Amino acid sequence: MAIKPMKIRAWVDGDKTHVKAIIFHPMETGQRKSKQTGKLIPAHFIKEVHCEHNGRDVLTCLWSTAVSKNPFLSFRFKGAKAGDKLKISWVDNKGQRDTGETTIGS
Amino acid sequence: MNQSRRTLLRATVAGGVAAVGAAAGLLNPRSVLAAGWPKPAFEAGSVDAVLAALGGAEPSNSQDIKVQAPDIAENGAVVSVTVDTSLPNVESISVMARDNTSPLAASYVLASGTDAFISSRIKMRKTSDVIAVVKANGKLYTAKKAVKVTLGGCGG
Repeated sequence: MAIKPMKIRAWVDGDKTHVKAIIFHPMETGQRKSKQTGKLIPAHFIKEVHCEHNGRDVLTCLWSTAVSKNPFLSFRFKGAKAGDKLKISWVDNKGQRDTGETTIGS
Repeated sequence: MNQSRRTLLRATVAGGVAAVGAAAGLLNPRSVLAAGWPKPAFEAGSVDAVLAALGGAEPSNSQDIKVQAPDIAENGAVVSVTVDTSLPNVESISVMARDNTSPLAASYVLASGTDAFISSRIKMRKTSDVIAVVKANGKLYTAKKAVKVTLGGCGG
């Protein structure tokens, strides 16, 4: 399955860096039934998201099926400057994974 | 939680996601699972069970945690939740919806230097409290916000 690349925005404001990201993922709960077949759609959700600034983990997200479809994430951290790299990578319960990278703006 | 969990977290931090696979081959799979994705906490069926799985300590209510969520959520599949706290030395933030089949929705592990601020969107089965659990200085603190859900977001 092709994975639509995630969107990441990161910018410096004072001593803090703001990050907003949207990951495109179905986040199936495993409780929904298919309208065509009436069978349960198996759970398919992101379990872990790692956010790294220049190779240093700043945030680790542990998610369950209760995170909304196409998850949105916003957080802030200290210690970055404009031009640094911010990397976000995720892995889901089926072992699929994807990584996105952006340059922190000002 | 415990020391081995912290150690492993640092180990995964060092190598990023790739290290998780490598570590899985070297360590006992059960301990890796417990350290990486807290399955018992996510599968726990009640708020108390989640708290027990998260650390066991009795949490105390805190005025210093702000939980922002809509008073009325029209669509339970997309409820925007923001947790912000002024507590010092925050290690992790967890978000729960009390009446979901499995209350724990998400857990965030913060590095030092990362603000105790998280904004994301969760699903809610029905009207209930959204509970934030903040782990700071090894202790658990909670705060909650009631959200009225007009259309549940977990079923089909």
